Amino acid sequence: MTDDESAPAVPTVVLTLPAAFANLFPGSARRVELPAATVGEALDALNARWPGMRDRICDSTPAIRRHMNVFVDGRRATLQTPLAPGADVMVMTAISGG
Amino acid sequence: MAQKVLVLVGTRKGAFVIEGDARRSSWELRGPFCEAWPINHVVADPATGTIYAGGGNEWFGPAVWKSTDRGANWTHSSEGLAYAEGEQPIKSVWSLSPASGTLYAGVEPAGLFRSADGGHSWQHLAGLRNHPSREKWQPGGGGLILHSLVPHPKDDKQLWVAISAAGVFHTADGGETWEPRNRGTRADFMPEGQKYPEFGQCVHSLVMAPGKPDRLYQQNHCGMYRSEDGGRQWDSIEAGLPSTFGFPAAVHPRDPETLYLLPLNGDIAGRYVPEGKTAVWRTRDGGRSWQALRQGLPQKNAFFGVLRQAMATDRLAPAGVYFGTSTGMLFASADEGESWSCIAQYLPTISSVETLVVDT
Repeated sequence: MTDDESAPAVPTVVLTLPAAFANLFPGSARRVELPAATVGEALDALNARWPGMRDRICDSTPAIRRHMNVFVDGRRATLQTPLAPGADVMVMTAISGG
Repeated sequence: MAQKVLVLVGTRKGAFVIEGDARRSSWELRGPFCEAWPINHVVADPATGTIYAGGGNEWFGPAVWKSTDRGANWTHSSEGLAYAEGEQPIKSVWSLSPASGTLYAGVEPAGLFRSADGGHSWQHLAGLRNHPSREKWQPGGGGLILHSLVPHPKDDKQLWVAISAAGVFHTADGGETWEPRNRGTRADFMPEGQKYPEFGQCVHSLVMAPGKPDRLYQQNHCGMYRSEDGGRQWDSIEAGLPSTFGFPAAVHPRDPETLYLLPLNGDIAGRYVPEGKTAVWRTRDGGRSWQALRQGLPQKNAFFGVLRQAMATDRLAPAGVYFGTSTGMLFASADEGESWSCIAQYLPTISSVETLVVDT
């Protein structure tokens, strides 16, 4: 038995980020694969890669910001939403502004 | 060495820098910066030349932006700029003030943060929100905002802040404990017998006279005031002004007797310049008398306001004076307010105006 088989593997998921993040976080990628079992974990992993990115998506409640949306396999999610291996996680800006 | 002025402008849709020539007669606008976020305050640290911009975006939340090259490149951070889990999250940064190597930030809902690393990370100074009056703080029209930060020039433990509509507070121990300092300022919106409370006044802006740390001036929702004892007692200086209502106040860079105001016609009368005629009002004697300065300013059909942080002076001689309007016009005077010209227009609503003097 290998180590990989003894521990439950954290699934790898695929995140797609808003186009606006390219300017807010120079050098960041639009699409990224990360290990995460929930949306909250995915955002923590994102923040480890590009410090500050979690703050742009969540507030200190903690909750996903009012005018941001996270969709998991096409369904609107919360920080607690579980992620299956290969889940498609889309972070999108909602309609807002003036 | 010749010097020039950078006018730092915060607007509802980004920050701008308006750079003057050595004579302050020709101006060039750069921007919008900060990804067109609503920016409530843009300031510069005169010790380093670093520019900071505070604001908040409907999508992405609050942050402080920073440029070390006069606005060419910007980064942002909100690390530590948060209340505890479960509290109402911070919506926006409203005010910034560099002081002796520290950068202070006032936020909405009202609270105070400090950065010791040039705006990269922030620590909450929780003492202010732990003040027993906090449960009774009421938001003004712009929200429950901490909009004025006045550090003591020689004692880094002392700081005054102003909150709408909680009033003026002072700390003498670096932010651990706070004392309301509102005695003598009116709250016309309260019933008879309650018009002079200990706190709850709607202070609109708070400034300190140069070289005289005990002398403070404030434009309030309900009158104009001067204090000679660090805000323990306030006296009205509104006699001679066309209105008791206005938002900004700007001190002269060297003369503690000189102050600039921009009175508006009234809180429920439109909040534009009285009779549609623009005037900056100046005192040269600490508020005992006032003169209207109108040369070069629109004298008919002007229906704009000027927001609380949207007027400033520079430190050249003679002093320059600047203000930005709710309609996106920036007016400048290079002769202490005697004459004016419009140096930018068609900008978004202007939230703040500050200056940085640099060597050419």
